[in-house]
Amino acid sequence: MTQANATKYGMVIDLDKCTGCGACMVACYAENNVPFKKDESDKLDSINWIRVFKVSNRKPWPDTEICYLPMPCMHCGGIGDHGHSPCVSVCPATATDYDHGTGIVSQIYTRCFGCRYCMAACPYHARKFNWWDPVWPGDMEQYLSPNVSARMRGVVEKCSFCFHRYQLAKDRAYHEGRHQEPLGENEYQTACVEACPAGAMTFGDLNNPKHAVYNLKKSPHAFRLLERLQTNPKVYYISSREWVRRSGDNYLAHEEAGSIKRATANHH
Amino acid sequence: MKATAAPLIPPGVKRCPTWQFALWIGLAAAVLAWGVYAIILVWWKGLNQTNMNDAYGFALWIWADLAVIALGGGAFFTGFLTYIIGKDKLKAIINFAVIIGFICYSSALLILAIDIGQPLRGWFIFWHANVHSMLTEVAFCLSVYFAVLTIEFIPLILENPKLKAKPFLHHLSHNMHEIMAVFAATGVFLSFFHQGSLGGVAGVLFGRPFAFREGIFIWPWTFFLFTWSAAACGPCFTILVTWLTEKITRKKLVKQDVIQLLAKISGWMLLTYIIAKTSDTLYWAMVTAPSKGFALMDFYSNNPLYGIWILIAEIVVCGYLPALILVSKRGRENASLLMLAVVLAVIGISINRWVMVLQVMAAPLFPFKEWVMYAPSWQEVATTILPIAYGIIIISLAYRYLPVFPHEKELNPAGGSGR
Repeated sequence: MTQANATKYGMVIDLDKCTGCGACMVACYAENNVPFKKDESDKLDSINWIRVFKVSNRKPWPDTEICYLPMPCMHCGGIGDHGHSPCVSVCPATATDYDHGTGIVSQIYTRCFGCRYCMAACPYHARKFNWWDPVWPGDMEQYLSPNVSARMRGVVEKCSFCFHRYQLAKDRAYHEGRHQEPLGENEYQTACVEACPAGAMTFGDLNNPKHAVYNLKKSPHAFRLLERLQTNPKVYYISSREWVRRSGDNYLAHEEAGSIKRATANHH
Repeated sequence: MKATAAPLIPPGVKRCPTWQFALWIGLAAAVLAWGVYAIILVWWKGLNQTNMNDAYGFALWIWADLAVIALGGGAFFTGFLTYIIGKDKLKAIINFAVIIGFICYSSALLILAIDIGQPLRGWFIFWHANVHSMLTEVAFCLSVYFAVLTIEFIPLILENPKLKAKPFLHHLSHNMHEIMAVFAATGVFLSFFHQGSLGGVAGVLFGRPFAFREGIFIWPWTFFLFTWSAAACGPCFTILVTWLTEKITRKKLVKQDVIQLLAKISGWMLLTYIIAKTSDTLYWAMVTAPSKGFALMDFYSNNPLYGIWILIAEIVVCGYLPALILVSKRGRENASLLMLAVVLAVIGISINRWVMVLQVMAAPLFPFKEWVMYAPSWQEVATTILPIAYGIIIISLAYRYLPVFPHEKELNPAGGSGR
């Protein structure tokens, strides 16, 4: 299997549809045993595998516009999609890895020793550190998912594109004798995508023409966050609003928002 | 001679009374104990004892690590000049440079042991080593070089009259002295790599436009700049600590021509470094950062601390100014100007390490995000001050009981008036 046609899971988020309800975040907390603090008012040390940002066009009323921007781990492929994402290449203990079979960036909690170099490397702040021991109030511990290991104090964690769901789907396919075939689009979906009531999030194989994300990512309004850093993310965003697309990257005063993307496309 | 008859303090030198020494050590030990208490808290309760957060994965401790390793660079560069280039005159200060290096590197290792979230898994960096990570290179070179520094320090410890009286230790010391050039050369080799890889830690971060630099093969320019600056400013720190020791002991301990030679070499290293640093900064500001969508002033505005002043302070005030003082004969022969230059150089390299860690974390990466500022917790401050107290204790013990300065007797006939 070559790099070009390998399965490459990714996400497309339509920002024109996102209402900022936060259902994706709640679903993620429940699905992945994400720990939380008693007081979550300080977001600088909150753990969340997907976080919804509120972005404004910074114009006074009546021209004010708001956009809600959900941001999970981008599962960057790095330059040339060789798997040298910003975090994977710097981890000194190989505690985070790029799976060339799925394009998913993993985190091995029991190998991470908490140096936080990956956090320094990630421009999306997708990586969160367990500053405290996880504490589950009341009998909540009984409700933890058995498919996802809970993390201990002192290690980094992040969105895994619900990798345990991929493993369960692969197990099922194996038992049904379909292990040579690629998984169907609906066989493997992340919790956040399933929870989105607005249908703003779509997940699938970016290289498979039968999956919706394949065509969605080709929208003229599609963009990725901080593309100029050459991180090569697998999460795409769609917005018909120019100011929203411009908010996803940094531009010099004289540059227009799509110019860099077009230049890159022409180059390829 | 019986071992018990040998004195504890080297003969022919004057030292302060025991009570005075004990009081001095006691004061330093109190500060050390404060730091140790903070370490215990951090190890027991975790990194929530710090003011680090998810925006500041790296903070005061990583700066302290980078700074002490750069300042401890006097050991490898003086070793390089003494044993490889053959500047024999520097043998008068190499012992002290090694002790300072030992203090700096052991402090760095201690801080790293506090800084990691799972200290008991620290060995994973060797066991599960990722060869692509600059931090792996740092860990290997740092540990091995610390072993080399320890080997370089041992013969000096064995020079204590009481230990030297034991035939085995005497011969061990003699034999270690004989092969010390090999260890010094190994130390130099390792240092070029770990000083560089510490620069690489920031320079390879292609997701962080403030830190990212192009380079040669796998090495960003910061790799070379960090080694260069440590070689330039490390000896300045050695000169500064020597001066402080002389002031505290009220004695001349190192001949002025030795200091002058080290200052001159340091000056030329600093001048060439700061020219390279200026070129790097210009290329980054005019080519690298704009290619990522950032103008220079994006990194120096809209926040309460990081203005353009910090770049000017690092490059002009603490770079060109001390370099020009040190390369000029009149400048470095003026005692006040010499000390001004070494202090500025030490501040300059500390600013460089600060911005390459803290400012990298502070600068926003999205147009809709703001700068994130940070102030360390008392536990972070206490553990960062700890190496100073620890250094004072080690230097005081070494000065009192070991023949650190070979010319002390000559410079202070009949013990001198100092302590």
